[in-house]
Amino acid sequence: MNYITSWCRIRQNAVTANGQTVFEDRASGLPDFLTNTYRYLQIDYPKFYKMDRLCQLGFLAAEVMLRGRTLKEEYPPESVAVVLANRHSSLDTDVRYQESMSGIPSPALFVYTLPNIVIGEICIRHQIKGENTFFVQEQFDIPFLNDYTGQLLEQGAALAVIGGWVDVFQDQYEAFLYLAGQKQTPGSVIHNRQNVSALYGIVDAGS
Amino acid sequence: MVFIVSDSVVSPLGFNTPRNFAALLRGQSGVRQHLRAAWSETPFQASVLDDQALEERYLAGGFGAGARTRFEKMLLLSVADSLSQTSVRADDPDTVFILSTTKGNIALLENGDPSNPDLLLNSPARKVAAFFKNPNTPLVVSHACVSGLAALLLGRRLLENGRFRHAVVMGADEVTRFVWSGFQSFQALSDEPCRPFDSRRKGLNLGEAAAAAVLSLEPQRAGQRAPVRILAGALSNDANHISGPSRTGAELSEAVNRALAQSGVRAADIGFISAHGTATPYNDEMEARAFDLSGLNDVPLNSLKGYFGHTLGAAGLLESVLSAQSLRENTVLPTLGFETPGVSRPVTVCTQPLRQVMEYCLKTASGFGGCNGALVLGKSYT
Repeated sequence: MNYITSWCRIRQNAVTANGQTVFEDRASGLPDFLTNTYRYLQIDYPKFYKMDRLCQLGFLAAEVMLRGRTLKEEYPPESVAVVLANRHSSLDTDVRYQESMSGIPSPALFVYTLPNIVIGEICIRHQIKGENTFFVQEQFDIPFLNDYTGQLLEQGAALAVIGGWVDVFQDQYEAFLYLAGQKQTPGSVIHNRQNVSALYGIVDAGS
Repeated sequence: MVFIVSDSVVSPLGFNTPRNFAALLRGQSGVRQHLRAAWSETPFQASVLDDQALEERYLAGGFGAGARTRFEKMLLLSVADSLSQTSVRADDPDTVFILSTTKGNIALLENGDPSNPDLLLNSPARKVAAFFKNPNTPLVVSHACVSGLAALLLGRRLLENGRFRHAVVMGADEVTRFVWSGFQSFQALSDEPCRPFDSRRKGLNLGEAAAAAVLSLEPQRAGQRAPVRILAGALSNDANHISGPSRTGAELSEAVNRALAQSGVRAADIGFISAHGTATPYNDEMEARAFDLSGLNDVPLNSLKGYFGHTLGAAGLLESVLSAQSLRENTVLPTLGFETPGVSRPVTVCTQPLRQVMEYCLKTASGFGGCNGALVLGKSYT
């Protein structure tokens, strides 16, 4: 049995963690909303400003989800997996990079034309060294993600998994991350399809 | 147990696996000098599929009248060739399609319409799966240069846990102005044919190719070429830098060690390593350190980048397919472009076709985002 001990959702200009609203900024567009969230969290991580929006969004979701805990003290770095998915891959930055090609293209922008960079940024920040895979899906496929992360945990490929959805394209965005592992904490729920769906905010047809 | 029961490679060197393998043994390379005035005044080295040859093959393939991009044509050709060699049926509900790519139809962005739905990576996957009448939603892995390995590992896991009985794993990427300009901006491109692990290496060549492998729980589904087992695999992250590899190679080594431990194969029983070997100074050095840490110094090692260039999302799959063929043929392919050792740890770079009886091989890959992958393949005697 594995348990979801933390989760975070960012959408419609609101950040919620473990069911509680952490921050809201209804007035801002996405770039300002991301920056304002970063400032609100009082994190000192200047690399944040170099990231593209997809990475900023995923970084903030991981930051909020893991607030107050140090993952590397709970699990060995190589035993934590990160499995994320989205719809638009890195298309938001691809468009920006394509536009920049008429001038002098920047390697600092080009590196973000891969969706798995958001996993890399989260791994660097939290010193995670385990399995990682990025999937592109038409919509968030919770049964698939739940089963795949569950398999990693059950087969011992990982002791803990950060799973979820991090998507950005133009002004559309959404992030939902959860941490699942063997440890049970007050308020944790069993890692299964129904609970992931419920935390994400939809009632699973099977529940 | 999961088997590769058929496979295919579509590259400038040929339109199936045996032809590509034979071309490599002859020392042929797809890397040529190209000059594209719209891209740059300076010529560049790359392995590029000939448009006319691709079109002829495509028209002869009976893929119908639907509009398809060049990227989709490459995929269709490799999947059709692979499926033609196995009794696994694409329209079986127990078969799933998996696409490995970094940039998919990114060439469409040249026309400037970011809302073109074919830019979404699911679109080509769905089109190919639909052409072969597959009833399931295809899966798409986009994990930089580890994508191909990650897709094979995903296929193995989905079969292992009983979700499906067969998987059609396909991978492709094109040489586009988008990708070329990006690697150019990184100063990662060599202006001559690349030299993996060599002291004079100065960067990579880009390449384009498609590859496919049909995985199955049933080895008897293989055709004339023997099935090859996917024994184990593992992925890891450096947690160090998004565009530069680990300084120590410890994380790739960790993935290698996990894959070996899970497979039950001892390092001494690995016949050869198919390395990532992009021929950038940092990548090859990191890999040498990783293999050193894993005690694989004496295992013959090759990089196929001198033949195909770096085919990005196709690379891990393409090189796994050719590694499987190496096992069948008991022949380790040489590393085109390598002359003088140029890494700080001793590794045994293969320079001539090496004929030896062998059971297992190790395939590795590393990429942007700090990702690493390792896969252990083995012969099958069923």
